[in-house]
Amino acid sequence: MLYREAGQFKVSYAKDQQIFPIRQDRIAVLALVAVAFLVVPFVGNQYWLSAIFIPFLIFSLAALGLNILTGYAGQLSLGTAAFMAVGAFASYNFMLRVPGMPILLAFAGGGTVAALVGILFGLPSLRIRGFYLVVATLAAQFFILWFLTKVGWITNYSSSGVITAQQIVILGYVFDTATSKYLLVLGIVAVMALAAKNMARGNVGRSWMAVRDMDVAAEVIGIRLMRAKLLAFAVSSFYCGVAGALFAYAYLGTVEPEAFSLDLSFRILFMVILGGVGTVLGSFLGAAFVTLVPVLLSVTVRFLDSNLNLHIAESAISNLELMVFGSLIIFFLIVEPHGLARLWQIAKEKLRLWPFPH
Amino acid sequence: MSFFFEVLIGGLLSGVMYSLVALGFVLIYKASGVFNFAQGAMVFFAALTYVGLLEHGLSPWLSIPATLVVMIVLGLVTERVVLRPLVNQPQITLFMATIGLAFFIEGLAQLVWGANVRGLELGLQDEPMQWLTDTTGMNVSKFDLVAAGVAALLVTALALFFSRTRIGRALRAVADDHQAALAVGIPLQQIWAIVWAVAGAVALVAGLLWGARNGVQFALTFVALKALPVLILGGFDSIPGAIVGGLIIGASEKLAEVYLGPFVGGGIEGWFSYVFALTFLLFRPEGLFGEKHIDRV
Amino acid sequence: MKAIKTVLLGIALFAATAAAAQTEQYMPVLSYRVGPSAAGGSGYYGGAIDYWTLVNMTGGINGVKLKWEECETEYNASKGVECYERLKKNSGGASTVEPLSTGIAYGLFDRVAQDKIPMSTFGYGLASSADGRVYPWVFPLGTTYWDQMAAMIAYLGQKEGGLDKLKGKKIAFLYHESAFGKEPIPVLDALSAKLGFETLKIPVPVPGQTQESQWLQIRQAKPDYVIMWTYGVMSTVALKTAAKTGYPREKLLGVWWAGSEEDVIPAGDASKGYVSAAFSASGTNFPVVQDIKSKVYGAKKGNLEDPTRLGNVMYMRGLSYGIIVVEALRVAQAKYGKGKVMTPEQLRWGFEHLNLNEARLKELGAPGLFPPIKTSCADHEGSGMVKFQVWDGTGFKQVAPFMAGDREMVRKMVEETAAKYAAEKKITPRDCSKEM
Repeated sequence: MLYREAGQFKVSYAKDQQIFPIRQDRIAVLALVAVAFLVVPFVGNQYWLSAIFIPFLIFSLAALGLNILTGYAGQLSLGTAAFMAVGAFASYNFMLRVPGMPILLAFAGGGTVAALVGILFGLPSLRIRGFYLVVATLAAQFFILWFLTKVGWITNYSSSGVITAQQIVILGYVFDTATSKYLLVLGIVAVMALAAKNMARGNVGRSWMAVRDMDVAAEVIGIRLMRAKLLAFAVSSFYCGVAGALFAYAYLGTVEPEAFSLDLSFRILFMVILGGVGTVLGSFLGAAFVTLVPVLLSVTVRFLDSNLNLHIAESAISNLELMVFGSLIIFFLIVEPHGLARLWQIAKEKLRLWPFPH
Repeated sequence: MSFFFEVLIGGLLSGVMYSLVALGFVLIYKASGVFNFAQGAMVFFAALTYVGLLEHGLSPWLSIPATLVVMIVLGLVTERVVLRPLVNQPQITLFMATIGLAFFIEGLAQLVWGANVRGLELGLQDEPMQWLTDTTGMNVSKFDLVAAGVAALLVTALALFFSRTRIGRALRAVADDHQAALAVGIPLQQIWAIVWAVAGAVALVAGLLWGARNGVQFALTFVALKALPVLILGGFDSIPGAIVGGLIIGASEKLAEVYLGPFVGGGIEGWFSYVFALTFLLFRPEGLFGEKHIDRV
Repeated sequence: MKAIKTVLLGIALFAATAAAAQTEQYMPVLSYRVGPSAAGGSGYYGGAIDYWTLVNMTGGINGVKLKWEECETEYNASKGVECYERLKKNSGGASTVEPLSTGIAYGLFDRVAQDKIPMSTFGYGLASSADGRVYPWVFPLGTTYWDQMAAMIAYLGQKEGGLDKLKGKKIAFLYHESAFGKEPIPVLDALSAKLGFETLKIPVPVPGQTQESQWLQIRQAKPDYVIMWTYGVMSTVALKTAAKTGYPREKLLGVWWAGSEEDVIPAGDASKGYVSAAFSASGTNFPVVQDIKSKVYGAKKGNLEDPTRLGNVMYMRGLSYGIIVVEALRVAQAKYGKGKVMTPEQLRWGFEHLNLNEARLKELGAPGLFPPIKTSCADHEGSGMVKFQVWDGTGFKQVAPFMAGDREMVRKMVEETAAKYAAEKKITPRDCSKEM
């Protein structure tokens, strides 16, 4: 009833090619973006902004990067965290060594360095396929972290190998409150998500999907495999690099290389799989799930414990959280292997008919 | 020169320990095409259950069969609850499900048995064999040699199981093509249950040996990561490959750390095995003994 | 969005009910009880929480009861930050936080400065944060890694019969390849240059489950001593591999995170005779521990699930921390009003004016539990001393009482590094002479 597209005619090619062809979708997305930019900064308190929304956005960006590589181009990767680390440390070095470097350019620079490293570690993908490609990305993950710990120049010879991000100053305005950082991160993520969506819809994205589905056939019809695969690695690493830079500058402030360990790579892979492989929306939904569910679990369990006076031992609570999280992952994979994005899609299809049965 | 041999032998023996864990992976991959990331957690759970039962007063001779039963039950439940609903899903989904399973088992292990670190005594001394030290000046630990022996036995037993027995052949058929196996009347569910049970038993052996070596603590779950380059090298579905891969990875890793490490500041062990496996894959994309992947367009 | 609103409402309700009680001193406890560090973590928090329970049972701090809330961080920086942000406003506001993790502490450095909540990094953390003029809200209480390294060299010098006897010796440094492991290297290098001993640095990649190559290298190099700067399973494996490759145990010296029951028990016989550093004593032979046993565990309010861990190294560390916080509160109350709940700023003053000397420790029922801690505006460390203990198979026994190394040199390095940080971050250091 509400979601009908009856009466919506596409009168030009441009209108036909919109990202959101249905008017209701456009309104909903614009409303969401408006709320995110205009309402949340004023309503949200510091906890929500700095400990939930900012990491959610940063991880969505990283998940977007991984989705480009694994979802669209079909190259399984477990090196996401390492590319984030490259972005973070490269941005730090740009800011440190280039006087007067604008911070946004430093982020882009960090992303570019990550892209170059991504291309390097993506070269094996030309020869190795499928699950075995994991080893190339794992090699990247371990090697890059070792390199960042070993080479003192990268961390400006700090004794412990830790970097402290400089202040974010754009056009004289200092971004040091939770609200300002949130808006900055939101802006960057929104722009890059739009770029990713368009890339996925365009020629580049289609060539990636062809490579994912069957790369031999793709080569046969004229898609240059090397270019497509390496481009996927480059773009994906760029996104992860920027996410890593934001992680260091707008979230933690001080990072050691261990913050970008294999554990983080797995978490981002979770977000991609749970959210929906090969969809932009999936990256956001997956990131929301992995960021929010542990918090919800923790709050709920402790709430129940204190109010129902169950007196569960603290360690039991922690272990239960872990067990429930693991079970939820399995549950969601069983219920909808294509992820939350697919669930959303099914919901929308049902909405088109609602309230009629068929 | 003897130092070189010492490093080599030390590497080979630690490689054997890796292959023990890799065997569990291979078993499950061979029979159901699933890369079971939870194998590390299963090793931990097995070791923890064993020492936990010992602490409760059971004798070691009772503890081992009891733990075996627990592991078999765990395997069966996993197959029923996690894998059966996910039949025919892409590999990546199953892989993710096993990661979720790993979290679950890790939480369960520490919930039931507590977070204390415990030692595991198998009556084997982890000390150099005196006569070898006296004659050649090399230190080779008795424990490592026994572990190598156990691994050799296990590998032989499993290889024979897969090639000579009916169930073994059925397992290989299932790994090849589920539908075809069903068509010739192989009971799929039973086969998977058997495989997971055997993998659980292998996890127990690995857990006992690693636990005796490093102490029974959470870090045991990380041995799964070391098994990955072994699997890549040896092929995901080859049992002899697990051993050969393990030996090669173990030796190369240690030799590289000792001879190449000092030039770059050391600590290269962490990534060397992966880079090594990667380089190897460039020449042989399916690993040493893996099944060649044929693409049909 | 709807889900978020309901959660917001839920949390608001929860916070509202909690904020009602303002007569209690609230501390969020960023704990970890799962994962690889669970063993140590559960012991540590057990010690701290047991002491606070005892204090509450015996009338609180001049009537003010302590209130704490745990949050599982899984030793992960992101989760630690999330826990901190979630809990810091509860129950009237957090008064202090102790993350017991270098990664989490780093993530909180900027936040605690902005929120003006004192954070302690008891026995770990960034050594240069001992300079309270640049890091007003961070307290690496007791002894930092730099002072520990200096003390270790001093101990080795003592073993040799004098610091000058170290000249020409070879000391290997086997370290955890991370920020934790790399932290003391500048002090090691400085002392090596000053005293004339050779160093051999051997990193062990995390988690360090197989160390054959490292120990075979050590065997070849034949150093006079090996300083083990390891953590977790790496320590156990180091001990076992040392035995396996025949390196004499008496020449090992472990950092205090490699010197607890969780490290030595799994190594079995390979750890008998192994000496490690410690910044607190262990054992149940303290009046305060006996008090906890009878009063807290007697009333079944003990935090440890396994009461035999009472007196273990990690437990006593937590207990020490618990005592320090309570003492800081007492000191703050003496200045700002006995029987009142202290604000974070007031508690910070308390942390900066600690004078836990021998006599005071005896009053508290913990004589010799940790070295005397005397902090000040510029010195957030307060002690710099370390004792050394040996594991004899059943327990840890002291082999050297609390001693310090070259504190002067270390302090100079601390101030230099802190100044560099201040310049980078454009912070003006406090002027301690202007403050009380």
